[in-house]
Amino acid sequence: MARSNGKADPEVVAICARHQASDGPLLPILHDVQAHHGYVSDEAIQQIADELNLSRAEVFGVVTFYHDFHREPQRAHSLKVCRAEACQSVGGRDVWAAASTAAERGQGDVQLEAVYCLGNCACAPSVQLDGRTIGRMNPERVSALFSAGSGAGVAS
Amino acid sequence: MKIYIPIDSAAVSIGANETADAFTRQDAIADAEIVRTGSRGFYWLEPMVEIEHENRRVGFGPVEAADVPELARAIADGGFESHPHYLGDIDHMLRAQGQRRMTFARCGVIEPTDWSAFVARGGSAGLRAALDNSGQAIVDAVKESGLRGRGGAGFPTGIKWQTVHDTASETKYVVCNADEGDSGTYADRMLMEGDPFTLFEGMAIAGVAVGAEHGLIYLRSEYPDAERVLKRALDVARAEGMLGDSVLGSGKRFDIQVRMGAGAYICGEETSLLESLEGKRGLVRFKPPLPAIQGFMGKPTVINNVITLASVPAIMAQGAPMYADLGINRSRGTLTIQLCGNVARPGLYEMPFGVTLDHLINEIGGGSASGRPVRTAQVGGPLGAYVPAAHFDTPLGYEEMADKKAMIGHGGVVVFDDTVDMMQQARFAMEFCDIESCGKCTPCRVGSVRAQEVIDRIIADDEREANIELLRELCDTMINGSLCAHGGMAPFPVLSALNHFSEDFGVRREAAVTS
Repeated sequence: MARSNGKADPEVVAICARHQASDGPLLPILHDVQAHHGYVSDEAIQQIADELNLSRAEVFGVVTFYHDFHREPQRAHSLKVCRAEACQSVGGRDVWAAASTAAERGQGDVQLEAVYCLGNCACAPSVQLDGRTIGRMNPERVSALFSAGSGAGVAS
Repeated sequence: MKIYIPIDSAAVSIGANETADAFTRQDAIADAEIVRTGSRGFYWLEPMVEIEHENRRVGFGPVEAADVPELARAIADGGFESHPHYLGDIDHMLRAQGQRRMTFARCGVIEPTDWSAFVARGGSAGLRAALDNSGQAIVDAVKESGLRGRGGAGFPTGIKWQTVHDTASETKYVVCNADEGDSGTYADRMLMEGDPFTLFEGMAIAGVAVGAEHGLIYLRSEYPDAERVLKRALDVARAEGMLGDSVLGSGKRFDIQVRMGAGAYICGEETSLLESLEGKRGLVRFKPPLPAIQGFMGKPTVINNVITLASVPAIMAQGAPMYADLGINRSRGTLTIQLCGNVARPGLYEMPFGVTLDHLINEIGGGSASGRPVRTAQVGGPLGAYVPAAHFDTPLGYEEMADKKAMIGHGGVVVFDDTVDMMQQARFAMEFCDIESCGKCTPCRVGSVRAQEVIDRIIADDEREANIELLRELCDTMINGSLCAHGGMAPFPVLSALNHFSEDFGVRREAAVTS
């Protein structure tokens, strides 16, 4: 088996070691690697493949299948905006449009992502900022989340 | 005195933490203990606050942080019954709506990881009853209750358990499907955040019934609050002896681990979920073999939705006949209805099967939130049909809905007023199918893309009639040719839009209804 060139990332090795004994450890490993590095780099993919005795293609295939895993560094703040039906029924399309406009203008250090249901449908439209769900969203408020160069602090 | 305020993520999303913080700063009730609970499911009244009064729980809502000083003084001097947001006895409200809280008996009532409060309110009684019985007796009770899969497919739970019970294997698994991805559904989230021990209890009962020692909860990553509650609750459940080497001192082993999904809707499909749990791409498996025979890691696996598993403790504690007495025809027990969208009183309504959509939306739900006429409701998630108002007399039951080419699914009801453009909704159904397709089978992977193109031509009035015919044929191919429900059911919202709302497709009504 071809091992990756260059020096091994000790954190990735440690994460793999932590999960290796469990059945089907790849998703927990990828979650932990991404939590540590912010994304799953090509080097990490190779290294995880080596540690789990999988092909690089197998790990690559898993990373690219799931919406949550990123192969590039992400912006400082994550903003998930729900585009699904329950939010649509109370103005969610306008919230998404406003968020998209702000993102296209490059406002704020915010990574915009479409999601399809946050389970907050009774308080829709919904967004999730850095893991915190915010309900009864409107276009003005979602635009404000992008302003001031940071998504944080303007959410309440 | 105790003051109960939800920590449910939906309540928090509209200010429950700010309300709770404000209460901690009130000198008038400085001796009060703030207890953070799940939500009762009255989301139009969140943030909702409850206190104990004459052995009842009485509530106030909505209570914004700014409302707190005045409310605290009213509570302190006993004059709270004249408070403008006073709701009265919460149990009375539930009964008046026709609710019957079986699965959600404790959600919103207790602190979610308070073991003694859980036991005091009847928790663990179902597991204790199960431990006194043989595996076969438990399976028989679940069969007798008439419980069917609440995740959407409606398959009889007892029959699934019987197959796992009867399949010889040293290792078996109980997998909880907590990948609640359907828009308009949040019952799983509420239960996991509000009463996680009940889910563990249901999983342990399943383990005892079929002879499995390992449980896994596959939780969607969009639910970080549920993850925190589940993990904390697992520690408590192990410390209290509910999980571990000797479940409640029985000598039987059962433990649970939580695994996080990674944002793929398709992983709510049970075989795709199993692939994902095994660390692979979430591609749908061919059936057979059934997961009950070859599931997780090729071993016999019970795989059920959160609400299905959480319904079992009440069945074991109170008896299968009691559960089976509720409901209509082949839909027995209670349905946890998640009423939301454009509706005045969105929430969680657990009631016996058989309520009509009309009663649910217009009476209990108070009609649309916008005040405009209700035009349709999408029932059962993004793969469910848009039911026109003319069919709102349909009782909510599995077969009753199927007769109308609709489905209950996971119990989500999303209400739309008359501003909805059904052609756009139809297009979105196919767009969503495309985005979330696992890609294994062609009708789903390619069909959903072609369908969007065809709908775009209809929108552009390009050979409209011919393209509508083509869309119907494409839907037929997807329904009959797809490997799983994702591609097989995505056409249902599209066809329901075509059949019931043809005017939105620019077709004269008399020419439209062909099926």
